[in-house]
Amino acid sequence: MSKARHSPWRSVAAHAALITYTAIALFPVIVIIINSFKTRQAIFRSPLAFPDEKSFSLIGYQTVLAQGDFFLYFQNSLIVTVASLFFVLLFGAMAAFALAEYRFRGNTLMGLYLALGIMIPIRLGTVAILQLMVASGLVNTLTALILVYTAQGLPLAVFILSEFMKQVSDDLKNAGRIDGLSEYRIFFRLVLPLVRPAMATVAVFTMIPIWNDLWFPLILAPAESTKTITLGAQIFLGQFVTNWNAVLAALSLAILPVLILYLIFSRQLIRGITAGAVK
Amino acid sequence: MGSLTLENIRKSFGSVEVLKGIDLDVRDGEFVIFVGPSGCGKSTLLRVIAGLEDATSGKVLIDGQPVDNVPPAKRGIAMVFQSYALYPHLNARDNMGLGLKQAGRPREEIKARVATASKMLGLDEYLDRRPAELSGGQRQRVAIGRAIVRNPKLFLFDEPLSNLDAALRVNTRLEIAKLHRELKATMIYVTHDQVEAMTLANRIVILNAGRVEQIGTPMDLYNRPANLFVAGFIGSPKMNFIEAERLGESGASTLGVRPEHITVDPASGDWKGIVLHVEHLGADTILYLDTEKAGLITARLFGEHQFAPDDILFATPQRQRIYRFDSEGKVVA
Repeated sequence: MSKARHSPWRSVAAHAALITYTAIALFPVIVIIINSFKTRQAIFRSPLAFPDEKSFSLIGYQTVLAQGDFFLYFQNSLIVTVASLFFVLLFGAMAAFALAEYRFRGNTLMGLYLALGIMIPIRLGTVAILQLMVASGLVNTLTALILVYTAQGLPLAVFILSEFMKQVSDDLKNAGRIDGLSEYRIFFRLVLPLVRPAMATVAVFTMIPIWNDLWFPLILAPAESTKTITLGAQIFLGQFVTNWNAVLAALSLAILPVLILYLIFSRQLIRGITAGAVK
Repeated sequence: MGSLTLENIRKSFGSVEVLKGIDLDVRDGEFVIFVGPSGCGKSTLLRVIAGLEDATSGKVLIDGQPVDNVPPAKRGIAMVFQSYALYPHLNARDNMGLGLKQAGRPREEIKARVATASKMLGLDEYLDRRPAELSGGQRQRVAIGRAIVRNPKLFLFDEPLSNLDAALRVNTRLEIAKLHRELKATMIYVTHDQVEAMTLANRIVILNAGRVEQIGTPMDLYNRPANLFVAGFIGSPKMNFIEAERLGESGASTLGVRPEHITVDPASGDWKGIVLHVEHLGADTILYLDTEKAGLITARLFGEHQFAPDDILFATPQRQRIYRFDSEGKVVA
């Protein structure tokens, strides 16, 4: 059996499949990045060529940094993403813990109700959300975006985390209760560290749609002071003329922060600190 | 200090009744073991005593005080779990001291009590290790240490040896017995293993389907089982049950005779039979016989005996060691 698994052909085939997929996934990203360092003519003449001495140009980045308030846009995107992520993880994990741990009337119904949000896109409610934000005076604030994204991320978070929390040993939680830990301490000190890999998964799935979203920033917070990076990049896309250098440079820059956040969470995905806690 | 009284404890999950009215008195310093087949409610009963589950009805009294509305941490109990349930982020020392720290005891006292417990269990060199760096036996010792440090009125053990391998199980069993002698504490212990129950307990509570079948000392249960269930549960190999009609006996519906109370002889005896299988265990020889009068029976002979399958043998039960049960399974006096 182990012989079959270590056969070189199987390993070559597996690597070939994975490398093909990686190439397909990375291709658009690489095209964006290499073209962001080229002159306008070079982008159109040979879009797949790497920049050389003649075609190399930082004009895109210069435009982006000079025009508009890109650091502010970055900051807005980061605030919105990190704050939403924090609330999704906190409230999602708490709701999941309650669903997984406590027996109460309507537990299953509540779980189904919370999971319903996975199937219904939040954008269907855009008009009502806008009316709500206008009525509460939250239009053109980052708070509006954070609230909407928190609501958007919660269903999946509750669904995934409650499954994982059911697997945390009852004995461990009961040992904590006998030692006099409060339910909050049991949740934060015993259960959360054990579901850290699941939290990282949820974080990655929640973070990327928020960072990339154009819809809600455009509708709820289009003001200059609250623009996010994806909305900010749109100023270079005109109806008749598009400043491709600037667009590509802005997109390249926009990849960086989310890449860093991803690297932070993916380390958690891999790490197995909990081995040996129980059994 | 530590007595326990249970008054008519009932527990239902939805429409399923798991405990059907349990009454029990445990005296101070006693070692009581709950034993029964899986699903008999023994673990649930332990959780009710600990306060981790609320009883549907009935009362739990510790030292004469009703504790039904007292949270687990304030009941003066400590529990050792089958899966050890050590806190993964704390080292052995902090695992043992956490309960006292939560109770707001001074640091010196915690240090002193952890030191005493670790000395008792030989854990001194492992105190700075995390659970992940300990072996199964060491982890279970830390879990027992965590219970000792709390200096509880009641020790609760929930199948503490089930995750250990056979050799370690015997060692840890001896250690628990020693611990009970040294601490003179009241201990309640749940297991499905009758050997653990027979070797450790002052008194055994046999549970079946949410009811108490019999309470007594190990030898009481062995020598005077109250019913068929207890007679079949205690003792290994299991007691032979023979329909009374087959043997032409009256006044009982089933007869029981333990395998060790049967003698065999190649020449003469009560029941003629053919050997189906022989197990040579060194100290014992176990014979499986198909007899004409009594059907399939098991006999346990001490020492080594050279029998082979298809041998013809005569089995004779010891008359005074035959148990009689009526049609409801109760023993006939």
